[in-house]
Amino acid sequence: MAIKITAPLSREEARKLRSGDSCLISGVIYTARDAAHKRLCELVAQGKPLPMDIRDAVIYYVGPTPAREGQAIGSAGPTTSYRMDAYSPTLIAMGETGMIGKGKRGPEVIAAMKEHGAVYFGAIGGCGALLSKCVKKAEVIAYEDLGAEAIRRLEVEDFPVVVVIDSEGNNLYETGRQSYLNSK
Amino acid sequence: MIRELQANQIGETVARLCVEANCFLPRDVQARIVQSREAEPWAPAREILERIEENYHIAAERPQPICQDTGVACVFLEIGQDVHISGDLREAVDAGVRKGYAEGYLRKSVVRDPLDRVNTGDNTPAMLYTELVPGDRVKITVAPKGFGSENMSQIKMLKPSDGLQGVKDFVVKVVEEAGPNPCPPIVVGVGVGGTFDKAAYLAKKALMRPLDQRNPQPFYAALEQELLEKINALGVGPQGFGGQTTALAVNIEQYPTHIAGLPVAVNINCHVTRHKTEVL
Repeated sequence: MAIKITAPLSREEARKLRSGDSCLISGVIYTARDAAHKRLCELVAQGKPLPMDIRDAVIYYVGPTPAREGQAIGSAGPTTSYRMDAYSPTLIAMGETGMIGKGKRGPEVIAAMKEHGAVYFGAIGGCGALLSKCVKKAEVIAYEDLGAEAIRRLEVEDFPVVVVIDSEGNNLYETGRQSYLNSK
Repeated sequence: MIRELQANQIGETVARLCVEANCFLPRDVQARIVQSREAEPWAPAREILERIEENYHIAAERPQPICQDTGVACVFLEIGQDVHISGDLREAVDAGVRKGYAEGYLRKSVVRDPLDRVNTGDNTPAMLYTELVPGDRVKITVAPKGFGSENMSQIKMLKPSDGLQGVKDFVVKVVEEAGPNPCPPIVVGVGVGGTFDKAAYLAKKALMRPLDQRNPQPFYAALEQELLEKINALGVGPQGFGGQTTALAVNIEQYPTHIAGLPVAVNINCHVTRHKTEVL
């Protein structure tokens, strides 16, 4: 059974989640990829305010396709997360509690997740059409010049994810593969 | 007899193929996903493969892109030597990409310079490959290539003494290192031989071959099968959460090479392996 969670996600709620849990996220999340992460961290370095409230925020690593008339968003599946590894520890320290992407994370990100209480969710890569149905509203809030890479505020309903790495550092990429190999 | 063709006829075809390739997954890829799900012993892996099937059906019905990474447009032209093309071919192909990506609501994912990283805004330029072939036709293949999988590709200049075992070890190592990053189940394109650049090109061309077609040489067909089994014994599975279905196919293209060399390139593609071909 999938666990229903709400975004923004408190540190307390984030810490309860365990690697391997299936979750359905409803509420408000933000999109950001490589270029937006770079700009956010530059703002942090300059001591300037961020374009969104980073406290308890869940950030989705996605650059959607353009929406057609009547659609909230175009196809919108996750991008590979390790490219955000250089920036994530800074944002986690500032209050980010959830990241949605796909693929491995580096040790420095996992250390920050353990220290502050954050989780890394995986959405199914390459399923952008399916996942777009869970996005009810999308609005560009910063960096419009980046096109697909702009920061968007998304309202999502029952957005399906799996907890890949929890706040204790348990990692489904390691345990899932091992469980399967042990079953043989 | 020289056959006349207008460059913009090719451009118009490119525009249409960009949209179709991005919204409709090729039949052979669909068939391999279904077969893999049916053969998959691990329940969580089967569930992910079901979602993947659901996704490409939704994309085709609407129609909308299967994946938000609608790729850089790789355009392969096999130009018959008895064809004369009037107009600027390069410009016509880019005009086709510009039109297809705008009208098809596809994502613009190309930056004008690898270091200053300003988006060109229209997904141009295409990665254009031309080849001269006998005849008076032009075969156009558009293959949108996503970078989650492209980034996990590798090339290695092996020594002749590394031999067959060296090739096998390298291919499996690349796939294992990629793990969950390239959106498994993947398609593995392998180029063996040629030069540094030729091996990479062969690996990319290998990804264009339908998944139900083996290499015409029995030796390489058997190697494709053996590598597929080795890769699927890794246990990475769909999305990297464990399972048998790490790859849908291994396609190898080989070419003569230098007495001193054994280049091997591994180009990885995701389960959204897209390409569409038309002949003018």
